[in-house]
Amino acid sequence: MSITGATTGELLDQMNRGDVSCAEVVNAHLDRIESTDETIGAFLAVDREQALERAGDIDAKRSRGESLGALAGLPIAVKDVLCTRGQATTCGSRMLESYVPPYDAHVIEKLHSADAVIVGKVNMDEFAMGSSTENSAFQVTRNPWNLDHTPGGSSGGPAAAVAASMTPLSIGSDTGGSIRLPAAFCGIVGMKPTYGRVSRYGLVAFASSLDQLGPLANDVTGAALLLETMAGHDSRDATSLDEPVPEYSRTVDEGLKGLKIGLVREHFAEGLDPEVEQAVQSAVEVYQSLGATVEDISLPNSKYAVAVYYLIAPCEASSNLARYDGVHYGHRAENFENMIDMYATSRGEAFGDEVKRRIMLGTYALSAGYYDAYYLKALKVRRLIRNDFDRAFQQVDVIVSPVSPRPAFGIGELIDDPMTMYLNDIYTSSANLAGLPGISLPAGKSSSGLPIGLQLLAPPLQEERLFRVARMFERETEWHQERAPC
Amino acid sequence: MSNQLTRVEVEKVAALARLKLSEAELETLTSQMGQILNYVELLNEVDTDDVEPMAHAVEVVNVFRDDEVRDSLPREAALSNAPKTDGRAFLVPQILEGA
Repeated sequence: MSITGATTGELLDQMNRGDVSCAEVVNAHLDRIESTDETIGAFLAVDREQALERAGDIDAKRSRGESLGALAGLPIAVKDVLCTRGQATTCGSRMLESYVPPYDAHVIEKLHSADAVIVGKVNMDEFAMGSSTENSAFQVTRNPWNLDHTPGGSSGGPAAAVAASMTPLSIGSDTGGSIRLPAAFCGIVGMKPTYGRVSRYGLVAFASSLDQLGPLANDVTGAALLLETMAGHDSRDATSLDEPVPEYSRTVDEGLKGLKIGLVREHFAEGLDPEVEQAVQSAVEVYQSLGATVEDISLPNSKYAVAVYYLIAPCEASSNLARYDGVHYGHRAENFENMIDMYATSRGEAFGDEVKRRIMLGTYALSAGYYDAYYLKALKVRRLIRNDFDRAFQQVDVIVSPVSPRPAFGIGELIDDPMTMYLNDIYTSSANLAGLPGISLPAGKSSSGLPIGLQLLAPPLQEERLFRVARMFERETEWHQERAPC
Repeated sequence: MSNQLTRVEVEKVAALARLKLSEAELETLTSQMGQILNYVELLNEVDTDDVEPMAHAVEVVNVFRDDEVRDSLPREAALSNAPKTDGRAFLVPQILEGA
């Protein structure tokens, strides 16, 4: 078996048996990055030396018989939105091009103590704003299944790194679908946990009431193992939930008996690609063959999710990004007239188009005279969206839906049409608004060979249920075993 | 929510947001923001009269910690990314005229 493209379970088994060393595993993935990433463009930074040093330490620990962490020796790529002490953290922006954090994010600390090997930082839409990774200030990331297509976004780097077998695991962030959409576009597994499940300490903030970190992996078990490591309470993030973290990877193979699946009537409306619809229907049949029952449910307010999201997220972003003032860190303009002009010029020079668009929208919607009509209205409809879910989950265990209306779109196809780009979030953003966990898993291929994803949603803190239900499907199908041809 | 968004309004918002934008950017944003605002008009059809706004997915109340002295980021580390510093403070352009 080849090392790259193997699942986390396979790699851990091989290392535990002593068939391969951690250094060999990490080396193989670094070589794969070297030979493949010139084409894909997932990595913004690769730290070969440090990764190999870590790998050597882990092999030494193992040979001394010391106990090892749950991710011991597994190579992992981290979205460049998480602070890494002493290593550049750009957030895909010129604003933070030379920013070197003086501290590690909570999740980075967790990875270190689990003995994972961080091989590098990966590309993203600037400040996680976008659905294609085309908004990165630094480079284009290509979809490993078809180089003319985007990998989705904003976690396009994390998704492409896993899909191209450059790492078996990666970490992304999801504010309106930014883990699940690229996971679907790239044919891998990606989960957005319940809001507050993973500490956001050290995550560069975009929209604080929606942001959540989560795992991407080449199979469900890998994602379960990674979330188990990432999740848990952290007093440095006041919204972090003080709830025990189940051992997701231990229960992942236990299928659910008497599973009730909800299919949302409103999801199968105009605008849904027939091949995506077919993939979702086939997935439902797989569950039925396993004894699940299917119920039609209604989320009458789900059609407002994109409108609500594109008010709330820009409002929070305009406030969060006010910190980039050219004083404490980040870009400062060279020529300006006075203090105010220094702020405006620095920000005008260093932010890209999408970030400017969202700051402007948010500033407008929060400004005097518009606050009630836009922001407050959106917060009220947000409550109605959540109420719909609460009602639905009295009837069913999980909701099955598409991840996006269609498979990956072409590079450059939507870049000048922000409104159409935003509509890619139609099936994903409501989970962020309601704070629910959601998982995307590979469930088909279009006639042109692009992956199609399936989304499962569950009530708050039911990640364990999501992993188990996702694994039921995975065990019956082979989509997750396919590797991109790149 | 009437929104025939004008160029003058967009300039005003840019000033509030402390964003210096080019002529071309102002032009594009006027049309794109108008488009997006037209789309979100969709929310007008929802009756929200008795609905409490929902600011957070998890209704957390104040989270307190004990009031004890802890280490903070050392000054040197805090200043390490400053565009301009004298090693003790962040330096900014002069704010008061004739000071």
